Amino acid sequence: MQVASPNSSKIAVKDLNFYYGKFHALKNINLDIPENQVTAFIGPSGCGKSTLLRTFNRMFELYPEQRAEGSIMLDGENLLTSKQDVALIRAKVGMVFQKPTPFPMSIFDNIAFGVKLFENLSRTDMEERVEWALRKAALWGEVKDKLQQSGSGLSGGQQQRLCIARGIAIKPEVLLLDEPCSALDPISTAKVEELIIELKADYTVVIVTHNMQQAARCSDFTAYMYLGDLVEFGPTEQMFFKPQRKETEDYITGRFG
Amino acid sequence: MMDERQRKYAKRNLVNKVAIALSMSAMAFGLVWLIWILWETIILGVGGLTLSTFTQMTPAPNDDGGLANAIYGSFVMVGLATVIGTPIGIMAGIYLAEYSPHSRLSNVTRFVNEILLSAPSIVIGLFVYTLVVARFNTFSGWAGVMALALIVIPVVIRTSENMLLLVPAGLREAAYALGTPKWKVIMSITLKAARSGVVTGILLAVARISGETAPLLFTALNNQFWASSLSGPVASLPVTIFKFAMSPYQNWQQLAWAGVFLITMAVLGLNILARVLTRQKH
Repeated sequence: MQVASPNSSKIAVKDLNFYYGKFHALKNINLDIPENQVTAFIGPSGCGKSTLLRTFNRMFELYPEQRAEGSIMLDGENLLTSKQDVALIRAKVGMVFQKPTPFPMSIFDNIAFGVKLFENLSRTDMEERVEWALRKAALWGEVKDKLQQSGSGLSGGQQQRLCIARGIAIKPEVLLLDEPCSALDPISTAKVEELIIELKADYTVVIVTHNMQQAARCSDFTAYMYLGDLVEFGPTEQMFFKPQRKETEDYITGRFG
Repeated sequence: MMDERQRKYAKRNLVNKVAIALSMSAMAFGLVWLIWILWETIILGVGGLTLSTFTQMTPAPNDDGGLANAIYGSFVMVGLATVIGTPIGIMAGIYLAEYSPHSRLSNVTRFVNEILLSAPSIVIGLFVYTLVVARFNTFSGWAGVMALALIVIPVVIRTSENMLLLVPAGLREAAYALGTPKWKVIMSITLKAARSGVVTGILLAVARISGETAPLLFTALNNQFWASSLSGPVASLPVTIFKFAMSPYQNWQQLAWAGVFLITMAVLGLNILARVLTRQKH
């Protein structure tokens, strides 16, 4: 089903099917991700929400047995058949994962690593960029005196904000968050959520979450998925207060299954 | 009910004590020999060690001399074999772990590598003998280097592959998600994350070839004098030890012990170096 959204769409998914080998994991998905808004994907484990997210930056291509059919338009170009180098797509569509993954290098280099791939910055410009990204990710105050220390020495919540800083440092247009808070404590979660709401001024954010309160708190649009189908998609308020479909209501109110 | 629990607990406690006693004595048994070997090596080795051990050539029976030519030969051949074998081993390990883990070529490579890894080193010595020594009609340092390199390669392939496979997939995905090209993911992220393991593998290989005698017997042979080039026979510590220790001459036996001591200390030094170098900074 197609649901029109009021904003102009950043990513338009059309007739998307996805397969893990023979397993049909996404079935005819049609969806418009609005620009400069936060869109949340919710649904029970195995419903395909992470799979859908991982098609937006062609992450699935790392695994030869996975394949996608259909089209995903980003700024009018089909990502799946694009002649563009996949590295350039990923520079435009950043991603943060469930588990924090600091690289085995200093905090500074963790941020600078991605920037260096696409830009030649002078030392001072690079320092500015690193500070900018760390400030955006609300981490600057905690790490400004230990930029040369290892990224893996930070706490879990700090590591995850470091990964977000790393993602935004290369100035993508879209930020994909795959359950970014599932390994964090409530305080770190609150910080990341604040951050997500701030980020939508500059980025289009798509977040996969198991936590419905989180979807309600920080997303503008919500998609409910079940067993590879997109059941319902609409403004978050509508999804939570008067969902159109009974399945959505059952899931959201906890009367699921 | 309570009694039953108590009895079970007492029994478990007893089993635990017996198991600990058994493993402690197994450890003690192993350590006794190790310490004994080290002790003998130090006592007999240090006794034979003088300044002339490092400055003079291997002597004739019952004459004064040292091990300078053998130390130099070992140093050069082990060094060159490592320099040749390590990049080949690491690159093959990268291919197996990062590029094509499940292809037929990889499976065949892995199988052949296993065979090479467990092949007795004398087989490798003989192989290089027929390939190089017999063809060029001379024993040579280069043949020795080749035989040692052939021992280094499978060790480094195996440890590099295993260490790279231990790097979590999430770290790779995170690097790719930034738009990092594959070669850069490998060089800057996975190889870096696996660094300490890979370095340990290299040092293990170096430690192993430092003591190898059989492959050198057929290739570099031995030399009473300073070998100015690797195109002719070159002395090495293990072959010299082999020859001197079996001899009836007192001074040769003494030098053999000095050589054993030197090799042991070198391997010990390498292990310490490995620990210092790989102490994780990040």
